[in-house]
Amino acid sequence: MNPVLLKIIVLVGILLVVLGLASGLIWLERRLLALWQDRYGPNRVGPFGLLQVMADMIKIFFKEDWIPPFADKWVFVFAPSIVMITVLLTFAIIPFTSVIQITDMNVGILFFLGMSSLGVYSVVLGGWASNNKYSLLGGMRAASQMLSYEVFMGLSLMGTVMLAGSFSLRAIVEAQQHMWFVIPQFLGFVLFFIAGVAETRRLPFDLPEAESELVAGFHSEYSGMKFGMFFVGEYLGVILISALISVLFFGGWLGPVLPPVVWIILKTLFFICFFILLRAALPRPRFDQLMSWGWKWMLPLTLANLAVTGAVVVAMRR
Amino acid sequence: MNLWPFVLYAALVLITAGSMIGLSAILGERHKERFTNQPYEGGILSEGTARARFSIKFYMMAMFFVVFDLESVFLYSWAVAARDLGWVGYWEALIFIGVLVAALVYLWRLGALDWSPDTRRKTR
Repeated sequence: MNPVLLKIIVLVGILLVVLGLASGLIWLERRLLALWQDRYGPNRVGPFGLLQVMADMIKIFFKEDWIPPFADKWVFVFAPSIVMITVLLTFAIIPFTSVIQITDMNVGILFFLGMSSLGVYSVVLGGWASNNKYSLLGGMRAASQMLSYEVFMGLSLMGTVMLAGSFSLRAIVEAQQHMWFVIPQFLGFVLFFIAGVAETRRLPFDLPEAESELVAGFHSEYSGMKFGMFFVGEYLGVILISALISVLFFGGWLGPVLPPVVWIILKTLFFICFFILLRAALPRPRFDQLMSWGWKWMLPLTLANLAVTGAVVVAMRR
Repeated sequence: MNLWPFVLYAALVLITAGSMIGLSAILGERHKERFTNQPYEGGILSEGTARARFSIKFYMMAMFFVVFDLESVFLYSWAVAARDLGWVGYWEALIFIGVLVAALVYLWRLGALDWSPDTRRKTR
């Protein structure tokens, strides 16, 4: 087939599948949470409640799209789209298979880290522009939480970078032909996963929007699709972190018998379900515990991991 | 590296985000009642503005982020070339990590990483 046409099909396909999966996750999460809490969950609209997503989408588009008169209008309107744009752009570098990838950047991991840092602006600006005290506190919490965990999120990936000798995600997958990086980099995997949960502001680290203390945190004043974009952005983040974990630590599309696409989907879905299980199983820490946990445990552990991995990589080189 | 697929993809992403905002602005209902234009603070009338002072801890975290993230960028460039740099590069990186840890220990002893003032007094 014409390579240009193929690329365009891949590119549109990735966008549609990722957006579809993000809205589908709303249904999946509610069903799974219900299962673990002995309830039914949404089961009225369509078979197994599958059409709930469509119903929610139609509803949310016709909801009042309120811009508070006391808010900073332009920033208020623009803020929710930042998180969606940065997360969606990151999907461009993920090698779903050797064919299904939009662009193979040689600085792939750096691009991901840069985009996830930019994503912080979304919640901070959203919280600040709302001109509501709860929103402001939520936005500030989100900022300091995401910034703190950003530091060792990058460092925890450097072990895999050392083993593969490249920032390119494709090269990292190809370096895992013989052994998944989760085996030599188990600590790195755990640290990255915890940082990923904090980065996507998912439970147990959802303190920026802790509804029992801050109403809804940074999106208290948001309604309609602008609220929906924060929501979808969060689910996109979950998919992104899950896909990245599969690519960086679990061999990406590599696997026996089944075709590569099936492997990457299975691995990603597994980690998405694990994200949801975390929400069902763990209580929220206090905010000061969250911050001191990050700086006093995670950062030193990441640096130790880096020092040990570096020594092993240098000693084993040919 | 071929850049045009990324540019096309970025354009599609921008169009998607823009049309989501635009569509809901056109389709959404509008209403106006007595308290519609009040900030929501759990049903209580709002007092003062949200441009208020808040804890300096949030600012400190941003400062630490700048300090540590900037330094970790140097470690990124070492990580990608660790194999070629060999032991010389490794010891240099280790000294650099040592400096980072020293800064962390200093902040820790200072009590800058604790949120509640009580624990800060204890460590002094």
